[in-house]
Amino acid sequence: MIRLSGVSHQIGGASILNDITADLPRGRLTALIGPNGAGKSTLLRLIGRLEPLQTGSIHIDDLDLARTPSAEIARRMAVLGQQTVIASRLRLSDLVAFGRWPHHQGRPRPQDRAITADALEAFGLTPLAHRFLDEVSGGQAQRAYLAMTFAQDTDWLLLDEPLNNLDMSHARSLMARLSQLVRASGKSVVVVLHEVNYAAAWADHIVALKDGRILAEGAPQDVLTENGLGALYDTPVMVTQHDGRPLVLHHF
Amino acid sequence: MSDAALHIAARPPLGGLRLLTGLASLLAVASALWLFQGLADGNRGFILHLRALKLGTMLVVACGIGVSTVLFQTVAANRVLTPSIMGFDSLYVLLQTSLIASFGIAGFAAVPVVAKFLAEVAVMCALAILLFGSLLGRGSRDIGRTILTGVILGVMFRSASGLMIRLIDPNEFAVVQASTVVSFTRANEALLPVGALLCGIGVAAALWLAPRLDVLALGRDSAVSLGLRHAPMVAATLGLVALLISVSTALVGPLAVFGPAAFFGLIVTGMTHGLVRSHRHALLLPASALIAANILVFGQMLFERVLHQQTALSVVIEFAGGLFFLYLLLKGRVR
Repeated sequence: MIRLSGVSHQIGGASILNDITADLPRGRLTALIGPNGAGKSTLLRLIGRLEPLQTGSIHIDDLDLARTPSAEIARRMAVLGQQTVIASRLRLSDLVAFGRWPHHQGRPRPQDRAITADALEAFGLTPLAHRFLDEVSGGQAQRAYLAMTFAQDTDWLLLDEPLNNLDMSHARSLMARLSQLVRASGKSVVVVLHEVNYAAAWADHIVALKDGRILAEGAPQDVLTENGLGALYDTPVMVTQHDGRPLVLHHF
Repeated sequence: MSDAALHIAARPPLGGLRLLTGLASLLAVASALWLFQGLADGNRGFILHLRALKLGTMLVVACGIGVSTVLFQTVAANRVLTPSIMGFDSLYVLLQTSLIASFGIAGFAAVPVVAKFLAEVAVMCALAILLFGSLLGRGSRDIGRTILTGVILGVMFRSASGLMIRLIDPNEFAVVQASTVVSFTRANEALLPVGALLCGIGVAAALWLAPRLDVLALGRDSAVSLGLRHAPMVAATLGLVALLISVSTALVGPLAVFGPAAFFGLIVTGMTHGLVRSHRHALLLPASALIAANILVFGQMLFERVLHQQTALSVVIEFAGGLFFLYLLLKGRVR
């Protein structure tokens, strides 16, 4: 379980997060949703220690984030932030292989190579493995980053808007893979999602953020209601049911 | 997969090692030529000694510039920036000038060369980490702002030393000039062993950090996610850059300030990345040192022995480097 208590964050005097206290369950797929500027990414980056924690505390299972060496956390939790440009000439296979770095610290063993190959295969990147990162499309690069995060093989997976740049087939297969990781391998996933229907279809637990506060949290059918979503996004939406899960109609 | 990709894929993993061996052999040939070419019957011992001293200086400087530029570009996540463009060596000159201005010639001369050198290196490291650490450490994505800040810092350091030079008396100015003008002929016998030692320590430390540098090159987010302690790593890398630049600058004078070759590092890293075609610093660092050494030794030999110093190596390096810089800019490789 990831336990957030009293987490607040400010950037240049502007308050981004306000006294967030929540538990993100273990062994579940948790989705962070909310309008632009709600603080979803900031919250994920704080949990992933990509930003220094200003106030409050965050515990990953038994580890206090502020007191645990970063290298140890890297073996428990993989974080995928939004992409930055890499200056070095990097093949996709090299990038994915970096996912194993926390486990071998620069001296890859045979099992690390095997896991890297599996991750490349799982994301359909094997034919592209020898291409350079700046010679593939944005979606292919995004899949390579995801494969790197998977290769890290950690209990916790934190993904910041992983569906960016992905077409519908790859978006669906990513969500299915995350869901399968949770069901079959007992991993825990926290993911920032823009499109609420992906949360509706795949998430076990939803945290809805607005203006740096938690507006609602719980199971999809409890959070994704017409009133709840209307208040969250300040816009009228319709919610129906499909296959026993909410289906949000917001695009017309 | 394209033919080019197949070709890359087919390249054996030992390609990098072969490249290093090739470069090292080339350098050995260059050094032998440098030492023994046209050795007259006269005072062989004396000439050999002079040549060896100069060769040693060139090797240490090449090592320092090549390795420090690769390190700097890794921290900056950018292939166009070099320590000299960002004002590292102007900082060194400012330090020299302020030392002379505050202690006077007598004081300057009274300090033992080696002790002074070590103190300068220490101050340089501290300043570089302070100034550039805050600029680059937060993984600033705004490369334009970073370059601009560096250029402005460089101009500021240069103007500050210029101002100080105008304030001090002419004799002191002569000392400043003597200690800051570029020349491979100014090889300092007392400083060379210390410089070589410090350079060796710096390069060894960089090689030891090589796997971590590979991760650092992924950018801040990925590096932190993989468990790298980002801030200490940035500080250590910048400290090494400062050490290597101080050593090279102290041995031959600042390559960028009064003399040329702000773009030497750029040519070296451009060739290094082009030849090595890998992200691994374990290959990039030695390759950059070897390439820089080859360029310096061959170039200096060409200009000293063949062209009889009708023109200066540094001018050619600067010209070619400037063109290469423009090429990088026009190709949109500014990252």
